[in-house]
Amino acid sequence: MKRGLDGPEPEERPTPAGRRNKQGIRIDPEVEATHEPRRTVISALVEHEPGVLSDVSGLFSRRQFNIESLTVGPTEDEDRARITIVVEEPDPGIDQVEKQLRKLVAVISVRELEPDAMRRELALIKVNAERPDQVAAVADMYDGKTVDSSPETATIEVTGARQKIEAAIDTFSQFGVREISRTGTTALARGTDQTAASSTAQSADEANHERHHSQVADDD
Amino acid sequence: MSERAAKVPPAEEEQDDDQITDSAAPDAATEDAAETESEGPEPVTSGAESVVRALENAGVEYAFGVQGGAIMPVYDALYDSDIRHVTMAHEQGAAHAADAYGIVSGEPGVCLATSGPGATNLVTGIADADMDSDPMVALTGQVPTEFVGNDAFQETDTTGVTTPITKDNTFASDSDTVGSDVSEAFALAGEGRPGPTLVDLPKDITKGETDREPDAPKVPDTYEVQERADPEIVDAAAERIENAARPVLMLGGGVIKGEASEACREFAIEHEIPVITTMPGLGSFPEDHELSLEMAGMHGTGYANMAITHCDTLIGIGTRFDDRLTGGIETFAPDAEVIHVDIDPAEISKNIHADYPLVGDAETVVEQLSEAVDTSPEAKKWRAQCQQWKSDYSMAYDAPEDEPVQPEFVVEALDEATSDRAIVTTGVGQHQMWACQYWTYTEPRTWVSSHGLGAMGYGLPSAIGARLAADDDQEVICVDGDGSFLMTLQGLSVAVRENLDITVAVLNNEYIGMVRQWQDAFFDGRHSASDYDWMPEFDKLAEAFGARGFRIDDYDEVADTIEEAVAYDGPSVIDVHIDPDANVYPMVPSGGDNGQFALAEDQL
Repeated sequence: MKRGLDGPEPEERPTPAGRRNKQGIRIDPEVEATHEPRRTVISALVEHEPGVLSDVSGLFSRRQFNIESLTVGPTEDEDRARITIVVEEPDPGIDQVEKQLRKLVAVISVRELEPDAMRRELALIKVNAERPDQVAAVADMYDGKTVDSSPETATIEVTGARQKIEAAIDTFSQFGVREISRTGTTALARGTDQTAASSTAQSADEANHERHHSQVADDD
Repeated sequence: MSERAAKVPPAEEEQDDDQITDSAAPDAATEDAAETESEGPEPVTSGAESVVRALENAGVEYAFGVQGGAIMPVYDALYDSDIRHVTMAHEQGAAHAADAYGIVSGEPGVCLATSGPGATNLVTGIADADMDSDPMVALTGQVPTEFVGNDAFQETDTTGVTTPITKDNTFASDSDTVGSDVSEAFALAGEGRPGPTLVDLPKDITKGETDREPDAPKVPDTYEVQERADPEIVDAAAERIENAARPVLMLGGGVIKGEASEACREFAIEHEIPVITTMPGLGSFPEDHELSLEMAGMHGTGYANMAITHCDTLIGIGTRFDDRLTGGIETFAPDAEVIHVDIDPAEISKNIHADYPLVGDAETVVEQLSEAVDTSPEAKKWRAQCQQWKSDYSMAYDAPEDEPVQPEFVVEALDEATSDRAIVTTGVGQHQMWACQYWTYTEPRTWVSSHGLGAMGYGLPSAIGARLAADDDQEVICVDGDGSFLMTLQGLSVAVRENLDITVAVLNNEYIGMVRQWQDAFFDGRHSASDYDWMPEFDKLAEAFGARGFRIDDYDEVADTIEEAVAYDGPSVIDVHIDPDANVYPMVPSGGDNGQFALAEDQL
């Protein structure tokens, strides 16, 4: 075919040696080329109105953010709700989660919590109760409370950090776990540190500065 | 029959005639309205009247839509309004027309549709406005509140459907506040990074009585826009620019939306920095200027793509680094430190990491940068290199007399036959790329196209919207493809009814040409479903609609036919039979290296 334009062919052209990684960052041999995903907690204060949760969850699904849990509940202000999201993403992805959340008109403020923030989850664990004494002993070990019992089953409520819940479930599994229901993580910052500011003033400025939470969050 | 087949109010067409010719004098029309209503407007009595009052307060002159059952109360209120409603032949056309109106005028375009199918037909146009950040307000009818959720006749969860493709949407729930909902939608659509907003209007809410006037347009308190960039980062970026050896200014659609073209021109010319544009940025910098390297990206010029690949400092303004621009991320401007100016913080480092993130209004930030840059970069060698690339990879084509007409020739002839301020709209496909490459854009808001969404069928309806937003002396040329035109050509009925001076040039190759090009390159030439040899004769079709029809088969017909079609005062369609084998080059294969663009098929 005759079609085409003139000029040096692709292989005759100079090509720069530099490259970027998948996240669009120029690769500097001195620093790590790619960012590994890390788990973190993002807290968002939102207007308490219908549709907010679907806006937020829709945002997560259509942008393919890797979400671990999402909880929502009312706050001290009846017009506002708090959404706590646990995500596992590389740093640029976590930045995007925050920025995209801020774009939603119903979102008042968004913040990634420090690793030392208080995080709790509640789980209801229904186990076979053939050995009720042992079940009670395990429940005690995890500060669990038996909330229902029948000749065949016992349901224990456990609250705490995610690891504690996982460990409890692990231990309970020796009795045979029938059903589990978990809430996902909810969290608040420690002390006087505000979990999410009640105004949006800080948001744009933050976007200008990159924050590095190098420390991987530990559940307490 | 469905309720949405309800008739258009007859009197509306009567009042049209004198206003159409007068469309470019909106101020006069508004003043007239103010004079005749010197006692002030009548108080509102219903939700629908409040909705229309909100539109009037926002200065709306045109609204594009289609009547229907659930939206009838709003249309009833429009009956007494000075807002000119343009009834479209299909809601998709209404959304595209509103979108184009927004692009050309800078003010949010308005489209209306009824519930259910009316609303879903708007979806393509809303998604298009969302991808391209065009200001637009969509008003959709909804079934009465008591039926919502019951799968009622013509019910769709419109706010649910449009959540991912709107900047914000609202389900109106109160006749007293529905007008304010519309005012807020208006304010949001145009504020900060523009985009489409939607208000869903249940019939009982618009029919409901109220005496509440809508609030003034105001964005919610939770929506804040940062105008000025962080001065420290501005200083650091300025220093980087001063020390740059190979700087490039890359202007995106945000430059045009942010009215920053002038500031960017001054900045580039003062510091002699080569300029490339993205596709939505066409017109932000005059392409006939020496510093212009024109458009970069998949079908950008070879010189723009060489410059972007080899620059050491990339100043991206109002661009979102779309994949059609960047090609593969790994090879995009791999040596460049990136200065990124954008009003939307979420665009910063989304695709390409920004070394100097400057969040703010494009014009303001460019002015900040202008103040901060004291000395121009020493880039004489770089500029010479760019000029060298310009001659190495010049945009040229062969046009032998004895062969079918080349599309590039037609685009250039159209450009020549019209003024610098002529507005080009396109569909999506090969013709769109030729219109990018071979038209010389010099002014902002003269290029209207579907960039991010790539919606075929965009050309004609957007020409209608553009025509009504444009000045009288601006020609509106729709460069379309045969496949694209076929998708929305029922809009010709609207153009004829309104006697809109639009020239449609259909670059007809009887193919879905871009698909055919890709099939030739990547699918062993298997033309699965891309062969459109069943195309109608568009010139005759145009005549059937009451428009003027022309046909071009040979080179010697091109100039005269175009002249006649452009001169015709009304809609005209030129069926241009182009070389069916013509392809678009240069081309960066999807995800490829911009610097490795192919100049011909065998280089792919």
